[in-house]
Amino acid sequence: MNIQQLFKKYRWLKSLSRNKGVWIGGIIVLFMLIMAVFAPLLAPLDPIRLNPMNRLKPPMPGHLFGTDSMGRDIFSMVIYGSRISLEVGMSVMVFTGLAGILMGLISGYYKILDNIIMRLNDGMMAVPSIILAIALMAVLGPRVSNIVIALSVVYTPRMARIIRGSVLSAKELAYVEAARALGTRDAVIAFRHILPNCIAPMIVQGTFIFAYSVLAEASLSFLGVGAPPTIPSWGNVVSEGRLFMLEAPWISLFPGIAILLFVMGLNLLGDGLRDSLDPKTQGLHR
Amino acid sequence: MYAYLIRRILYLIPVMLIVVTFVFFMVHLIPGDPAAVMAGSEANPEEIEYARRLLGLDRPLYEQYGRFVLRLLQGDLGKSLFLERSVVSVIAERLEPTVVLTLFSLVVAVIIGIPAGAIAGALPNTWSDKSTMVIAMFGISMPSFWLGLNLIYLFSLKLKMFPPGNYVSLSTSVTRCIHYMLLPSFSLGFASAALVARMLRSCMMEVLSQDYIRTARAKGLAERVVIYVHALRNAMVPTLTVIGISVAIHLGGAVVTETVFNLPGVGRLVVTSILRRDYPVIQGVVLFTASIYVCVNLVVDVIYCFIDPRIRYD
Repeated sequence: MNIQQLFKKYRWLKSLSRNKGVWIGGIIVLFMLIMAVFAPLLAPLDPIRLNPMNRLKPPMPGHLFGTDSMGRDIFSMVIYGSRISLEVGMSVMVFTGLAGILMGLISGYYKILDNIIMRLNDGMMAVPSIILAIALMAVLGPRVSNIVIALSVVYTPRMARIIRGSVLSAKELAYVEAARALGTRDAVIAFRHILPNCIAPMIVQGTFIFAYSVLAEASLSFLGVGAPPTIPSWGNVVSEGRLFMLEAPWISLFPGIAILLFVMGLNLLGDGLRDSLDPKTQGLHR
Repeated sequence: MYAYLIRRILYLIPVMLIVVTFVFFMVHLIPGDPAAVMAGSEANPEEIEYARRLLGLDRPLYEQYGRFVLRLLQGDLGKSLFLERSVVSVIAERLEPTVVLTLFSLVVAVIIGIPAGAIAGALPNTWSDKSTMVIAMFGISMPSFWLGLNLIYLFSLKLKMFPPGNYVSLSTSVTRCIHYMLLPSFSLGFASAALVARMLRSCMMEVLSQDYIRTARAKGLAERVVIYVHALRNAMVPTLTVIGISVAIHLGGAVVTETVFNLPGVGRLVVTSILRRDYPVIQGVVLFTASIYVCVNLVVDVIYCFIDPRIRYD
């Protein structure tokens, strides 16, 4: 199959390839991915090695982004920080995806359980997400794995709601009714016939949840309730820089730019995917 | 309309019940003995037992839950372990900075977001549309705490135009309060302004392609009237939801902004309560923000009916 045939078969792919935002976002996300995976090779210094002789040095050769109050290399910290953001963002996206599929399918397929699951969702969504995440972190304790748990709890209702909506419309399709008439089991109908219809909105929502999680992780770490202070997460470094704003503004500047770029890349990718995969909005957001 | 309103208010009961149940069980999620955790690592067995009795953790779970719900119905959110005062009074004391910050940042979001979105939507694919959308993309991607720190660096530490933090009460001086709250409000409201602009732009584009707009143009109405009277009013309906959601975002975001600007609000209270392991205060703040959020949603839904008479709630 050549590229023309591929575009003809999957029209969204053509729209996706023409979207500048997708390209820019995709490149940024890929860049961050490479940075996280190859951090030990890319970082010039150990990000947690203290060097009091070199404290609060401005950007210069050898320390591209300068050093912090304990002489740690900010450039290396920014490179290693991408690992925490990626780990949290990706894990939350996968967990909310799995939990969302389960809740969304059950809720959309079984009317009796729909009311219970959706009211549970409404209850969870009634608390502002960052406050809910902070409350959960207060209970669970400041660890990276706990950030993943807290943010998964916070964002699962959003995913479940999106999948439920897709299930409700897919359930009425003729081939699903035909499968039901043939006596196919509910689980087979749900996973083989309905679920593929939910993949597109799920991917779009997953990309946005990834972006929210990166921002939320940085905010939690900034407040001191996220990653332990010894871990070089972007939020932790910005938080430290806050104390040295006048003498060393570079401490908070560079990790902040990293958060901004990563989240923007994910948002651009999410916007592009939404425009291409959802025909109703095609061209509207471009 | 009234039937809808009553139904909508009744609908709040199960939602709040779920929030209350979650908040109640939150303490029981603490790994190990919750009483020992709350009493602190240096507490002796007597102090742990005292904390257990004070929090009612020595009673059966169903009884604890029953008492918790009953207390809430009487407007009692419990007692702060650290401050040894009622949680309601502790929150009330810290309420003003949070409310002022939330409202001011909402004003920022509306003042910037609506004109930007309306212009971008009315002139799609022009230079002003593209530049507005690029700025909006920066707005939704930028961490508010980082924006706040940069604003402090530039406008407070370098240009010395605004104070770097702290709060002046409205009752002390309205103008000084505004002066102190400008940077925090912009830092918190900028992301919402971006959200509002993006939403309004796409709604405007949708509305402007509809038949009644063509009719308005055909009958010779000035373009300004078509856009700002006919199109904007209809495009504002879905945008109102985003503005409503912004209240919740600001209530949550206030936690971060209050920390950056050293504001003595509810957000700072929740962060310091975590360090003090003062769980009743954390529970109280979660319940308080959830109540505000569901009420704001209710108000938005009611305003919907007035703005767009086509909406019927059957």
